[in-house]
Amino acid sequence: MRRTVGALVAAFVLIGSSPALAAGEAAVPPSMKWTFDGLFGSFDRAALRRGFQVYTEVCSACHSLRLVHYRNLTEIGFSEDQVKAIAAEVEVTDGPDAEGEMFDRPGLPSDRFVSPFPNDNAARAANNGALPPDLSLVTKSRIGGPNYIHGLMVGYRDAPDDMEMSEGMEYNMYFPGHQIAMAAPLSDELVEYTDGTEATVPQMAKDVTNFLVWAAEPELEERKRMGVKVVLFLLLLTGMLFAVKRAVWSNVPH
Amino acid sequence: MTQPWMKNRLVQWVDYRLPMFSFMEKELIDYPTPRNLSYWWNFGSLAGIVLVIMIVTGIVLAMHYTPHVDYAFDSVERIMRDVNYGWLIRYIHTNGGSAFFIIVYIHIFRGLYYGSYKSPREILWILGVIILLCMMATAFMGYVLPWGQMSFWGATVITNLFSAVPIVGDIIVTWLWGGFTVDNPTLNRFYSLHYLMPFVIVGVVALHMISLHQHGSNNPLGIDAKGPQDKIPFHPYYTVKDMFGLCAFLTIFAGFVFFAPNFFGEPENYIPADPLVTPPHIVPEWYFLPYYAILRSITFDIWFLSAKLIGVVLMFGSILILFLVPWLDRSPVRSARYRPIYKQLFWVLVIDCLVLGWVGGNPPEGIFVVIGQIATLYYFAHFLVLLPLLSFIETPRPLPTSIAEPVLGGSGGPPAAAEQPMEKAQ
Amino acid sequence: MADYEDTQAGHGHGETRRDFLYLATGAFGAAGSAIALWPLIHQMSPARDTLALATTEVDLSPIEQGQSITVVWRGKPVFIRRRTEDEIKEAQAVELDDLPDPQTDAQRTKKPEWLIVVGVCTHLGCIPKGQATGDRKGDYGGWFCPCHGSHYDTSGRIRKGPAPENLPVPTYEFLSDDLVRIG
Repeated sequence: MRRTVGALVAAFVLIGSSPALAAGEAAVPPSMKWTFDGLFGSFDRAALRRGFQVYTEVCSACHSLRLVHYRNLTEIGFSEDQVKAIAAEVEVTDGPDAEGEMFDRPGLPSDRFVSPFPNDNAARAANNGALPPDLSLVTKSRIGGPNYIHGLMVGYRDAPDDMEMSEGMEYNMYFPGHQIAMAAPLSDELVEYTDGTEATVPQMAKDVTNFLVWAAEPELEERKRMGVKVVLFLLLLTGMLFAVKRAVWSNVPH
Repeated sequence: MTQPWMKNRLVQWVDYRLPMFSFMEKELIDYPTPRNLSYWWNFGSLAGIVLVIMIVTGIVLAMHYTPHVDYAFDSVERIMRDVNYGWLIRYIHTNGGSAFFIIVYIHIFRGLYYGSYKSPREILWILGVIILLCMMATAFMGYVLPWGQMSFWGATVITNLFSAVPIVGDIIVTWLWGGFTVDNPTLNRFYSLHYLMPFVIVGVVALHMISLHQHGSNNPLGIDAKGPQDKIPFHPYYTVKDMFGLCAFLTIFAGFVFFAPNFFGEPENYIPADPLVTPPHIVPEWYFLPYYAILRSITFDIWFLSAKLIGVVLMFGSILILFLVPWLDRSPVRSARYRPIYKQLFWVLVIDCLVLGWVGGNPPEGIFVVIGQIATLYYFAHFLVLLPLLSFIETPRPLPTSIAEPVLGGSGGPPAAAEQPMEKAQ
Repeated sequence: MADYEDTQAGHGHGETRRDFLYLATGAFGAAGSAIALWPLIHQMSPARDTLALATTEVDLSPIEQGQSITVVWRGKPVFIRRRTEDEIKEAQAVELDDLPDPQTDAQRTKKPEWLIVVGVCTHLGCIPKGQATGDRKGDYGGWFCPCHGSHYDTSGRIRKGPAPENLPVPTYEFLSDDLVRIG
């Protein structure tokens, strides 16, 4: 029975991953090297800030990021004062005031990222019926995660001649079904990076993907750092317990 | 052997009035256990510990969770982002669910391999199947709580199974939902029951333990203990072995929690539930995939029975059939070690279940339909045809006369074998 | 002990009367308990606020021929399609023998132009595709359920796949030419 353990474990792994195999007919996006991958992965703070700039200047015209708060931006290297200034640039509806009226005020660090549309129907109406999804968890909610989001950014091509495109749809290699309602969002020099990095499409795609991974999993660095310590501790304890077990059992033939 | 601390005056005073210390001594320390248990026997206590982990993390999560359709998804994300160590506790809870099922499935297959369900352990086995059913209900309702797309659509698909019941099906479904669709009343009651069920499981686990300790553990040879030389006290031998197994498990578990926390999850469940948009491919959690495959394997009506009804009946039947296993298997020999044909059929059944799981995770099209139907047929044939038949045609290999015989090389052995320094014979 | 047995055996008449008393008390108590259980069961049925949303009125005037709209009724999507001549002909021409759940188009519509069905797949409750212009409408030009591959025709009838029944027609009434009340 013992020799089949390996096969059993492998089979469970197979079961666990099999739903992912049903991704659809779209091409598999290229696997990129990300700094947050691996056991010791961490975020590239400069890339996160550039990605934040791309999100603010490009994506946020249509896509909300409602689970992230302005205060979270201190985690990617902005100072408290910078965060206050960033938050103050948006208008937040608050109220009711003493007269019972709603009023607009400048944003505060404790506010959520302001959404471009008041609700989903308004978003649909402004986008030909298509709903631009919220991006807070987009790298976790799509098969392929960051590689898929990155692929989507760089995957716009002309439609093949034999493909009939619906009106207002664009062709994207990596989108399931290939017809996507979002027009290619990035073009060279679309933003001017404050840190002087050249704003090519691949560069912006990588930066904004980095930013969205952080937005979806802000705990990632803490999680991996703690994980290394916990696993090391447990490995040691397991080893010690194995020795104890052998010592205890040494006088028992079994 | 009386423990030294049992002589303590305070311990004796309490024990005279509430015999908790003598109970512990009897059931946890002196409890005579077969000396030859393999590591496959670790999974029972491991399951118990995971149950405790699930209850503790669950109670903590409930302090931050809001069971309302408008707030459930966001309250879970608040746990992930703003609550101190919330991400850790939630990831332990979600991955703990998967780990619980892996452990319990191994525990069940161990029981099948070594015939642990045979006399006098039939009730022990039945209680185990009841625990499995409770676990499935708990896991299903727990998966609904984050109120993501898979939560909502999984709940819709599974509760709709009851609509297959003739005549009163729709009434039952409306009653389960508390409305005309899965909605806030459904979420609320699932939350209430998800909190309740683990304690029901604890109760059945207690009965499971009482039943276990009545006749003691089965063992890899599947023969009864002949005397004290066949057994050793639970403590320290199995306490330390279980501790070692627990730590080995926790190491792997931590690997998932910290480095691949969403490995067992569905990406789709990070999209808030939308009753008007069906995800392209609805799959249940991995541990339900084999049943899901059985449910979908029936694509044709038989007489006046609809395909849907038969699928539902077979799906529930695939678990209920386990209740009958002690009586379907007529062979007097417990362990598959001495049953050459059963041993092979056991592994075919394991593969069959894995195939069912694989089919369940794929869309019901083309070749998957056929494979699913064959695997479903085999699953039921194993229990209903092969198992009863085997007791007539199989010639078991000769059994050892006692547990101590293979290790001590001779019948019997010295009475206090545990104390004898002898070379290891593993 | 002897006295006790004496009472048991000796007074036959009293015993019958006492048995009846025991039985009647037991039955009375059991009935009461069963009735007390009912509120605990029935509380799970739809509450009054849920029942209050049981009907919906829909204005049909903005829908062009060949277009579909989805309205929400009792939390479920209802498909309203203003069918083209071709779609109506196709729906009416089908032989009943070809249908897994035989129903004529006339049984399923009050006015041939308007098809009103509950947009929930009768297999396991998914929402079939086919409402939006770009959607895959299935092999029979109606709807296609992406969950388990059921195809519905232009009358909402099941033609292929695991679903056992046609898309259900809700109870509805034309209040005027352009106004329909569902429920």
